[in-house]
Amino acid sequence: MINNENAVELRDIEMHFNMSSEKLQSLKEYFLKFMKRQLHFEDFVAVDKVSFDIKKGDVFGIVGLNGCGKSTTLKIISGILKPTKGSVETQGVIAPLIELGAGFDMELTARENIYLNGSVLGYSKKFMDEKFDDIVEFSEMRDFLDVPMKNYSSGMVARIGFAIATVTTPDILIVDEILAVGDFLFQQKCEERINKMMQDDTTVIIVSHSIEQIERLCKHCVWLEKGRVKMIGETAEVCNAYKNSKRE
Amino acid sequence: MSSTATNNRSFFSDFKRFMPLLKNLVSKDFKIKYRRSVLGVAWSVLNPLLTMIVLTKVFEMLLRDSVPDFATYYIVGSALWNFFSEATSCSLSSILTSGALIRKVYIPKYIFPLEKCVFALINFVFSFAAAIVVALIQNHTLISWRTLLFPIPVLYCFIFVCGLSLFLSAVTVYFRDVQHLYGVLLTMWVYLTPMLYPISLLDGFPLIQKVVMLNPMTHYVEFFRDVVMRNTFPSLKENLLCIAVSLISLGLGALVFKKAEGKFILHL
Repeated sequence: MINNENAVELRDIEMHFNMSSEKLQSLKEYFLKFMKRQLHFEDFVAVDKVSFDIKKGDVFGIVGLNGCGKSTTLKIISGILKPTKGSVETQGVIAPLIELGAGFDMELTARENIYLNGSVLGYSKKFMDEKFDDIVEFSEMRDFLDVPMKNYSSGMVARIGFAIATVTTPDILIVDEILAVGDFLFQQKCEERINKMMQDDTTVIIVSHSIEQIERLCKHCVWLEKGRVKMIGETAEVCNAYKNSKRE
Repeated sequence: MSSTATNNRSFFSDFKRFMPLLKNLVSKDFKIKYRRSVLGVAWSVLNPLLTMIVLTKVFEMLLRDSVPDFATYYIVGSALWNFFSEATSCSLSSILTSGALIRKVYIPKYIFPLEKCVFALINFVFSFAAAIVVALIQNHTLISWRTLLFPIPVLYCFIFVCGLSLFLSAVTVYFRDVQHLYGVLLTMWVYLTPMLYPISLLDGFPLIQKVVMLNPMTHYVEFFRDVVMRNTFPSLKENLLCIAVSLISLGLGALVFKKAEGKFILHL
């Protein structure tokens, strides 16, 4: 059982991808390879024996270079990916901040998309009715509500996305690089909201390439390198070590 | 703890939580289908009506003598067949086209094929209305109180379709060529279902007749015609047979889907 103080527990997570079989997408290829006995598997380990706990109410950052397994780890936590080995346990409702545009249908208007996206996150119609004004208010998109979203800029889409994901106070909020899109005023607004959530005991997990942002927001950090935990601890320590390693 | 278990969520609480999503996806499909058309939703009735009139006129000339009330015979049967073929062929690619969403958020994945089946069911209601109109015009004595029993065969068929859709949508993720194969299969399947001809036409061909009788769609379509236009209700045995086939389809489909869904994300 999960420890009561923890929001997330990862135990010896391993994620393997089979590189060669992913390229096979037709029956013909599959049979040909099968007959030639070429169905060998190239194992790629994206996440290797990663274990850590995230305490309730913590703001937790994940840093590392491109391809070190950050996003894979987030996907495992949010339940999108099942790890090949190991166990994940989470407590409470998880609100993933969906990456730009996913979950929106660009042919629909913002108004329709807010309801669609709310239901993607599992919110009821009644709940969305109540929160609709909050969302519009926060995103500052009232004038464009009935415009199809294909005419939106990426920053405008991000605003709506962030406003929907944070309309509740979820137990766990997952933020994957999304803050980089909005203008600086909106970024400030988002950070304020995250700060407010932290006071409400929401656990926040942030992935970002902006070290400054991680340092400003997070209490604890993990540094991943090639799918393994390189270092874990207080943000200042981990970030300093990470920055120094970059210079080398 | 078990080594692979993660985020265990129960099927039923999931289903309840994501009902609004199902509803929104259906209404989204509906809106997108009729956006920017002048007649809008009226096309839902007009389209099947016009298509059926064309097809009926063509085949009526060829097959008039072998089937009484041919227009109704054909239109009623094809309403159910079109539901079947639309639902399964849309479900087939439903997981693929929802890839963007599946990669970002946790959603029970069976929602996507299920949504296509529900959407096709709604379209079916419109074409069924069109079929009833044709029946009333051609020979109003065909319609009786038993016509009101039509939800029974539709339900059997719907369960069958859900099972097959789950299976097809899962397999397509792994082998994209299923999309092309299924198109060919559907063409073959429609001729092995008594849509344009009566079963009695096959009396001289025992082998083909056997195949046609092994085809589940034959039973659903005939059941449907029995209640809608022949004022009869099939025997208990026929009912049990239909239920059994539906449940087997759903069971197998769900089993394959469940086994496959964990790895969808790696293949999208």
